[in-house]
Amino acid sequence: MATVEHTDGTAEAAPPTGGEGHRRRDFINVAAVSFAGVGGLAVLYPLINQMNPSADVLALSSTEVDISRIQPGQAIKTIFRKQPVFIRNLTPAEIQQANSVPVGDLRDPQTLAERTRDGKANWLITMAVCTHLGCVPLGAAEGENRGEYGGYFCPCHGSHYDTAARIRKGPAPKNLEVPEFEFLSDTVVKIG
Amino acid sequence: MSFPWAQAYEPKAPLMKWLDQRLPLPRLVWNSVGGGYEVPRNLNYMWNFAVLAGFALMLQIVTGIVLAMHYAPAGDLAFESVEHIMRDVNQGWLLRYAHANGASFFFIVTYLHIFRGLYYGSYKAPRELVWMLGLVIFLLMMATAFMGYVLPWGQMSFWGAKVITSLFGAIPLVGEPIQAWLLGGFAPDQPALNRFFSLHYLLPFVIAGVVILHIWALHIPGSNNPTGVDIKSPQDTVPFHPYYTAKDGFGLGVFLILFCATLFFAPNYLGHADNYIPANPLSTPAHIVPEWYFWPFYAILRAFTVDFILPAKLWGVVAMFASILLLFFLPWLDTSPVRSGSYRPRFRQFFWILILDVLILGWVGGLPAEEPYVMISQIATMYYFAHFLIILPLLSKLERTLPLPNSIAESVLHGEKRESVPYGVQAKPAE
Amino acid sequence: MVRLLGALVGLGFLLVLAISLVTGITGFFREPPTETIEHKFHQDPKHVSFSFDGPFGKFDRQQLQRGFQVYKEVCAACHGLNLVAFRNLADLGYEEAEIKAIANQWAIEVPDINPETGEPTMRKAIAADRFPNPYANEVAARAANNNAMPPDLSLITKARHHGPAYVYSLLTGYQNPPANLPKEARPGQGLYYNPYFPNLNLAMPPPIAADGQVTYADGTNPTRDQMAKDVSAFLTWTAEPFLENRHRTGIAVLLFLLVATVLAYLSYRQIWASRKH
Repeated sequence: MATVEHTDGTAEAAPPTGGEGHRRRDFINVAAVSFAGVGGLAVLYPLINQMNPSADVLALSSTEVDISRIQPGQAIKTIFRKQPVFIRNLTPAEIQQANSVPVGDLRDPQTLAERTRDGKANWLITMAVCTHLGCVPLGAAEGENRGEYGGYFCPCHGSHYDTAARIRKGPAPKNLEVPEFEFLSDTVVKIG
Repeated sequence: MSFPWAQAYEPKAPLMKWLDQRLPLPRLVWNSVGGGYEVPRNLNYMWNFAVLAGFALMLQIVTGIVLAMHYAPAGDLAFESVEHIMRDVNQGWLLRYAHANGASFFFIVTYLHIFRGLYYGSYKAPRELVWMLGLVIFLLMMATAFMGYVLPWGQMSFWGAKVITSLFGAIPLVGEPIQAWLLGGFAPDQPALNRFFSLHYLLPFVIAGVVILHIWALHIPGSNNPTGVDIKSPQDTVPFHPYYTAKDGFGLGVFLILFCATLFFAPNYLGHADNYIPANPLSTPAHIVPEWYFWPFYAILRAFTVDFILPAKLWGVVAMFASILLLFFLPWLDTSPVRSGSYRPRFRQFFWILILDVLILGWVGGLPAEEPYVMISQIATMYYFAHFLIILPLLSKLERTLPLPNSIAESVLHGEKRESVPYGVQAKPAE
Repeated sequence: MVRLLGALVGLGFLLVLAISLVTGITGFFREPPTETIEHKFHQDPKHVSFSFDGPFGKFDRQQLQRGFQVYKEVCAACHGLNLVAFRNLADLGYEEAEIKAIANQWAIEVPDINPETGEPTMRKAIAADRFPNPYANEVAARAANNNAMPPDLSLITKARHHGPAYVYSLLTGYQNPPANLPKEARPGQGLYYNPYFPNLNLAMPPPIAADGQVTYADGTNPTRDQMAKDVSAFLTWTAEPFLENRHRTGIAVLLFLLVATVLAYLSYRQIWASRKH
């Protein structure tokens, strides 16, 4: 806060004010500067908040997908919040393979049942975003490298995911993320 | 430079001492807008507008940068992206209205700043370069504002761009190639929009650079003051901080109240309804006008209706540019040794006629080009040129000025009573 | 030298301006400008008050819903609303399920691409969609409307002077042409006389033709005046959906600024108290 006691010896300078006046004077100056500070901070809010996702981006936060044409063993890629999603129809062999793994040995322990919906264990829906640094793993399309554990393989830094899309080998710390989803009917799933 | 009695910067904290020896930024601030810059003690509220113009420039730069994060300078997306800002971006409406109205308020305070300089003779020696750099800022502001108004790509944006670039088409021989070069085509379209966006982003930073030169040049002789007499002694001045920081703080508060009242309760009052219609190259709005701050110049442009030696169109364009360019010569057109209008009774009368004249030009510039408005604009334009090119030079020869106070302190402390023979030479002491 | 040249330039401009002025004046007296027909018969919008007027104004949600109903049942056949999304209807007080139903049942479908064949196709609208345009493009719109383009209504109340009052006046302003209207200004084939329209004659047939044209869900009496007012309010919301937020923020900001400015003034006076100036 600025001092107001500038004295340069000018002849007409007023006599120094007493202690009482001095305190009141300081109080007003402090209050004025405080208000300016609060106002300045308040202005920062819109300037920062404008960079958050806008209303139209948030409105697209759910996607409905028709899964009736995905045969067992097949997978598709779709888009949810501008990010790819895998929807895989697991074969009984793949389900069995996933269930036979001891959960305790996993880096990110989760059972297949925890990653799917009751009665629809064959529908594995995960984000197609490697939990390492965000590449899209291979394994959804026919003939792509599915890694050493028969699920997905991320070629960027060599992360291997198993048939339940759990991380088994490589640098990724977590299983492929399961987004919020629900079955609207047997053939339509809503993600988000 | 500063006055010998200005307080020197003396860092107290060890950190500030350390910094001062390596990067004396606090010293620069202290000497420019702190306790080290001595300012005449008698500045009135008309001296608030420089700081307010600086504030408006910062406001435009800050809001402009965040708007550019959402705006798309593409012909088929520009209008839509502006509406996206208004509707979907968080507080986007606030930022965009602040930017749009901020331009108007920038011009309001700049015009007041310019008229203050005109009244108090702030353009006279030794401040000619301060004045000329200010005019450069004003020209850059006009270019920036014009290009910014094109960006929303509404009807007024499009037709404004078309009309203003057609001005250059009036230049003989090279006019049309210049117009095509400016637009990157034969009518405003994608190339024009993209380059206007680029330049609209660039020019404010050029303005900020010229502002620094403007302030630098000002700080050599120091600020002018309402009496127009030079600073002579420590009794004439006070340090900028806290005296004028406090006064400018109050001025800023008043400015913000008026600005926010407009922004929140009449955000489209200064704009034009047609600009909420997407650009349509096939249909011109019934009545196209530029933004209000160009109206006086627009009136001058339209005042020339007769081909005389040169085509009327060229006369209008030349006169419009001349109306601003002549201000660069003002320090040599008005040679009266007395700066302040307060001591020039005749000048003062003509000054107020000029103010009225510019207001009339602004009024008719916003109206359709119909009679009797065209005749009014012709008379007002005649006065505008006569004022600067004929009346002021004559006045500076013929006028009997009032006696000046010997010093700023004298005028402040003793009212009109004088201690010795005042500067006004032949004039007899005022009663 | 500067002054001599300046004076010559100034005299040059004055000469040309004087010639222009004399030409203008003689022309003015030889052929006094006649009042145009539009100027004589055009009327300014009627005075009408809305709940959102003034700095404390708020939207009347019931009125907006009624206005939306009028738009849906009357205007939407020809006029788009392409800057507004179905999801925005939440502002009017509709529940999410209602909005989905409105989108799903909207008479105009949304262009899409068949995911199997890649052929262009149409699908039902969803909440995130904007209101679909009634015409595929401007040519189609003109072809269907006697070469008159029905404008998009999203911003209509901001794109016209006195927006809501203008829309209200236009909707209620259809009338028989006055007897003294010159022949050339009489509405031609497919045009309708309306003194609130700048050209006096417009191609839009009176959209709100009779009382009771829509049946309001909230039981309000659907007079023509009521319907015109409601849809004007709705179109004010489509143009400025953040109006209430703007008013609310504005009041708070101004109160803050008033206090801050009073403090700044007191501080300024204190600092200058010992200085005559």
